[in-house]
Amino acid sequence: MDRPKTPRARPERTLQFDRALQLLSQSGHPPPAGEPGSVAWQQAMVDALVDLSSRDALTGLANRRAFELAVAREVDRVARSGEPALLLTLDIDHFKRVNDTHGHAAGDQVIRAVGNALVDSVRPMDLVARVGGEEFAIILPNCASTFGQTVAERMRRRVERMPVALVPSNQQIMVTVSVGGAFAPQWVRSTPALWQERADQQLYLAKAQGRNLVRLEPTAVSVVSNEEKRLLFDSFQLQDHE
Amino acid sequence: MTVPLSAVSTAAQPPAVLAPGHIMAITSGKGGVGKTFVSANLAAALARAGRKVLVLDADLGLANLDVVLNLFPKITLHDVFTGKSTLADAVLPAPGGFHVLLAGSGMVEYSRMTPEVRDQLQKVIAEVAPKFDHILLDTGAGISDVVLYTVSLAGEVLLVVTPEPTSMTDAYATLKVLAHTQGRRKLHLLVNQTRKPGEGRAVRQQLQQVVDRYVNPNLDSPVRLELLGDVPSDPAVRESVLRRQLLLEALPGTPAAVALVAVASRLLAN
Repeated sequence: MDRPKTPRARPERTLQFDRALQLLSQSGHPPPAGEPGSVAWQQAMVDALVDLSSRDALTGLANRRAFELAVAREVDRVARSGEPALLLTLDIDHFKRVNDTHGHAAGDQVIRAVGNALVDSVRPMDLVARVGGEEFAIILPNCASTFGQTVAERMRRRVERMPVALVPSNQQIMVTVSVGGAFAPQWVRSTPALWQERADQQLYLAKAQGRNLVRLEPTAVSVVSNEEKRLLFDSFQLQDHE
Repeated sequence: MTVPLSAVSTAAQPPAVLAPGHIMAITSGKGGVGKTFVSANLAAALARAGRKVLVLDADLGLANLDVVLNLFPKITLHDVFTGKSTLADAVLPAPGGFHVLLAGSGMVEYSRMTPEVRDQLQKVIAEVAPKFDHILLDTGAGISDVVLYTVSLAGEVLLVVTPEPTSMTDAYATLKVLAHTQGRRKLHLLVNQTRKPGEGRAVRQQLQQVVDRYVNPNLDSPVRLELLGDVPSDPAVRESVLRRQLLLEALPGTPAAVALVAVASRLLAN
């Protein structure tokens, strides 16, 4: 869409970029590159706006909208590829207390610090999103079920050990998070809503069992340990030889 | 079936029409323990008791129910899946008075559970379900997604196991997965190729003991194995298989045949 060569007088036929540019500059985006009004410039503008509307303003993480899209994509991908994927939902414990004691600005700083800690403890391919006030969600594609607990624990511990320095009071506070998680069903198509519900159920359990905990939905473990094997046929064999 | 542990099973939960126990998956974990042999002969025994029975060869990748029954099907599930044939035409009468839906071997493209295969299979089962008193799903070996999905379409599960460490280990692994992913709490057990009376009971007890120790503590309600019966090791079985005839037809009255009839009547009494 090129800008009309001879601009018409009627304002509704002219694209208005002023507010978009303002919004981009306010959010810290560089202005679109290229000749203003050119197709490349307009494309850069659209891309920047898409990026802006996919991000959470406070943390810069993916927002709920971007997250919902990503979950739907992942459910579809798992059903086709059969690769395991883990969805974690995470909530800052007793967040209201932080707000009540230290004020909302401090609450915002805590949310930002937790968001950074989460991004630091996952792989680049994983998506960390802020999906609500003090709620986060993480999609981990191609995550083997044996690693799920480790990853989630790493996140929980990282936050637990991280002092948040509040500005301007210079106070340091500690927060914890509760984590729930569920693997995408590999052999049957699920829905994004179902998957999230399962992860949320586990988060609810983690909260109910005392917070600062990780609860993952039990997965199908087809591995039979040596202890199980021993119990399974040692005495059986003996009996057989009698 | 109790409340599923997870929505894995909720998502796999078939429509209500499929839920009743008249659909039974026959599975084993390990291959070569007599799954297909049991499916065919159990079907014949149920048919003799006056029931309308369908055996679906759900070992989509490596089907061999046709070989066991000496059938040379012109129409298979593959034709139904690809729309070349109607389902009604693919349901074939088998010796023994029951019906079969054959997969045809080498359906390589179905050895992975894609959403398409899953939808096709579910549609087929939903369509035949109301027309039969019993539907036996003869699954493949292993715990692949195809096997798990097929089992999820059944109300009841029959685990076929032989009194050997390999078979018992695989059956145990299978039941662990079924308990966790599908919320299965009751599994029927058939112990095949037993060498002495009471061996079936011993195998069941052995498996139950390990389940009680390692599986049940992590579940909301315990998994119970119910012994449906033993089928003794019997040279007649091998002979009937080589003749490609049903044991119940070729060599009735042999110990294994008698045992299979007893298993069928126990199933009917349940």
